[in-house]
Amino acid sequence: MRTFDYTQEVPVVEGQPSAKSLDEVVSSPLDTKPGKIWKILITVTTLMLLVGAGALVWTFYKGIGVWGNNQPVGWGFDIVNFVFWVGIGHAGTLISAILFLLRQRWRTGIARFAEAMTIFAVMCAGIFPAIHTGRAWLDGYLFPYPNANHIWVNFTSPLLWDVFAVSTYFTVSLVFWYIGLIPDFATLRDRTDNKIKKTVYSIFSLGWRHSTRHWQHYEKAYMILAGFATPLVLSVHTIVSFDFAVSVIPGWHTTIFPPYFVAGAVFSGFAMVQNVLIFVRQAFNLKHIITINHLEKMNQVIIVVGTMVGYAYAMEFFTAWYSGNQFETFTFINRALGPYAWAYWTMVTCNVILPQLFWSKKIRTTIWTMFIIGIIVNIGMWFERFVIIVTSLSRDFLPSSWGMYTPTIYDIGILIFSFGLFFTNVLLFVRTLPSVSIAEVKASVDGAQPSHRGGHH
Amino acid sequence: MNTKKIYSIGGLFDTPDGITKAAEDAVKEGYTKFDVNTPYPVHGMERAMNLKPSLLGFITLFVGLSGAAFAFLFMYWVSVMDYPLIIGGKPFFSWPAFVPVTFEVTVLSAAVGTVAVMIALVFKFPNNSHPLHDTNYMKNVSSDKFGLNVVYIDPLFDESKVKDFLSRAGANNIEVIYEPERKPLRVFDPKFIGLLVMLVLLTAGVTYFTLNKLLYMPPFTWMAVQDKLSSQSQNTMFADGYGMRNPVEGTVARGFTPYEFKGQPDSVVKNLSNPLPFTKENIDKGKLRFDTYCSPCHGYYGKGDSRLNGQFPNPPTLHSDKVKNWSDGNIYHVIVNGQNVMPSYAKQISKDDRWAIIHYIRVLQRSLNAKDSDLETKKQ
Repeated sequence: MRTFDYTQEVPVVEGQPSAKSLDEVVSSPLDTKPGKIWKILITVTTLMLLVGAGALVWTFYKGIGVWGNNQPVGWGFDIVNFVFWVGIGHAGTLISAILFLLRQRWRTGIARFAEAMTIFAVMCAGIFPAIHTGRAWLDGYLFPYPNANHIWVNFTSPLLWDVFAVSTYFTVSLVFWYIGLIPDFATLRDRTDNKIKKTVYSIFSLGWRHSTRHWQHYEKAYMILAGFATPLVLSVHTIVSFDFAVSVIPGWHTTIFPPYFVAGAVFSGFAMVQNVLIFVRQAFNLKHIITINHLEKMNQVIIVVGTMVGYAYAMEFFTAWYSGNQFETFTFINRALGPYAWAYWTMVTCNVILPQLFWSKKIRTTIWTMFIIGIIVNIGMWFERFVIIVTSLSRDFLPSSWGMYTPTIYDIGILIFSFGLFFTNVLLFVRTLPSVSIAEVKASVDGAQPSHRGGHH
Repeated sequence: MNTKKIYSIGGLFDTPDGITKAAEDAVKEGYTKFDVNTPYPVHGMERAMNLKPSLLGFITLFVGLSGAAFAFLFMYWVSVMDYPLIIGGKPFFSWPAFVPVTFEVTVLSAAVGTVAVMIALVFKFPNNSHPLHDTNYMKNVSSDKFGLNVVYIDPLFDESKVKDFLSRAGANNIEVIYEPERKPLRVFDPKFIGLLVMLVLLTAGVTYFTLNKLLYMPPFTWMAVQDKLSSQSQNTMFADGYGMRNPVEGTVARGFTPYEFKGQPDSVVKNLSNPLPFTKENIDKGKLRFDTYCSPCHGYYGKGDSRLNGQFPNPPTLHSDKVKNWSDGNIYHVIVNGQNVMPSYAKQISKDDRWAIIHYIRVLQRSLNAKDSDLETKKQ
């Protein structure tokens, strides 16, 4: 049996690359012409965008009656997709903020990318509540501003808390991401000979000159932002879960929802980040910066939160039985055995059973196996939201008001639109901005810090 | 060499150890206006340079607490004072429900405030240029070297002495950095202010136009303007051009009793007496109905001071001896049948409401025509 030396931490960056070579390897996608694969991929994602935009425009023209939403299932794909995408975003903040506060140095290689994915995922998420209102052009009323009608929003509604949570989350993530980019913009500015690029980088680097008198405040601000982003990310999915938990619908009205939703969010987010990182490290020669060790650690996080999610599924059944409430009990029996049982068992298989394969070190360090499990986890997490929303609404208290839900092609089209938007953004991002934080990686290469200060801390 | 003004003299170092030692040496030599530029934050450099700790945290605290207080008080003002609505049977001031939004606003204001203050005060936004930019020194510290430069404003600044110090500290590539000729952009530059004002005006204008004009223009009105019959508006569906229809002849509304004295002279009805008791409730109800149906023409006090600005003839006052001496039945008769230009109010005002209005008219008549003797009665 192999023995591991647990006293020695695996180096964050393999092979001690020089600072100059880091500059080169990270900025090479920005300086070179895109290859064939990138062009094929962006064509595919743009097509997805266009097809989905058709569905969106038709929805705007005709109204949301073209969707499958009905009475009693008033929340369908719109809210399923919203919760799914907000969840995807959570991995980025977890990696960039929580792991930063926990001094997990391995995060440096993947933090920038994960943050970018947070921003894109929240953009995708934002589409759904915005169009779900029916007349997206009136969404300005979601914000409390002194309008001519003298009407204020309802501050006691979880749906309004959502407006604040998601918009704050997006803004703070964007600021956090941008702050991280400033030193890299300066490095790019000083490398390039292209006049246009130089102007753009100069504007965005805000005159940065790597001065210690700036680094000092910069590090403080970064720490403060990480400190705020940590409770923020927990609050966002908590508040999303309040949309359900504060109602009285059986299967929604439970106090386990906030932690259960947060764990699920991190679960799906990590799976998505892991999937996309596998492509990026392959395509842009970043294998020594985004190492197998990184991916393995992500897979370990996936199995931890995946097991939490599995526990929550079990606990929901226990609570339904233990409460003695007949509606609650029925809802859960209906989930496992009712007309949507296929969705329920897809969810359990994808989220609880298959991720257990990650207990094997071979499976969690092999690229193709972890990639497939990552995709499976995301399918499972999408179905989790579908199961929670649709099964609870389709059969609640009165059997006479039960009804089934079937999505229409416009629902599916808008889902495709959101995936198109996400991956188009990811593809544009890897070509236009440094997808790895140059300054942070330089600082965590072995030998980058003064020796007499006791090295890293 | 040239006549340009020297900004600073910088030297490059290869290792983090080297730069840390150089910074400590610079402090020992007594230099205060020097800077260390490193491609990433080098641990311990603040101590080596003897810098004061960053005070940004206090800004965060201040902005965050202000944001929290503002959010909470704003929600209190909206929910309790400006627009109180009962929601779910809860009190207006349901503070637990204010917690999520207060939290989010705190985080938002603290995070954005901290960064904005840092960019404005530390990075000197929008001043984007600096003498160090585009120098060989900058290109190196941006990538893999560590630089120390002593700025001309240092009291001990002397070209040869600084060069000597840098070479003793172990720097290679000592470089003299000159002030650039172009003037740096200042925050109060009219162009920059002008740009900001333009942006604000543009954003405000577009928002105003979108919310107040665009949304009321076709095609955005397609849900509001529909091809259907609507009350009070013209329609070609029926020959008379009205959208609204009258009930079929002879239709009787629920709870409606036909007026048994219809078209008969006053003398027949004047012995009717008010069936409603003269209570505060009935008078209040009468006031409400009077203010709604009668006051537009008769005025709030029945003085005949119409609010219709002459668009309809003013009725005579209700305080004339004629009306004061009328029996309740007379007034009732006028409400039901109308009189001169006054139309019948039988459809608008129910039977009980008519009698309540009459009580209220009596109250008005009594209170507006009080005699001196009433004061005496009051005294007793």
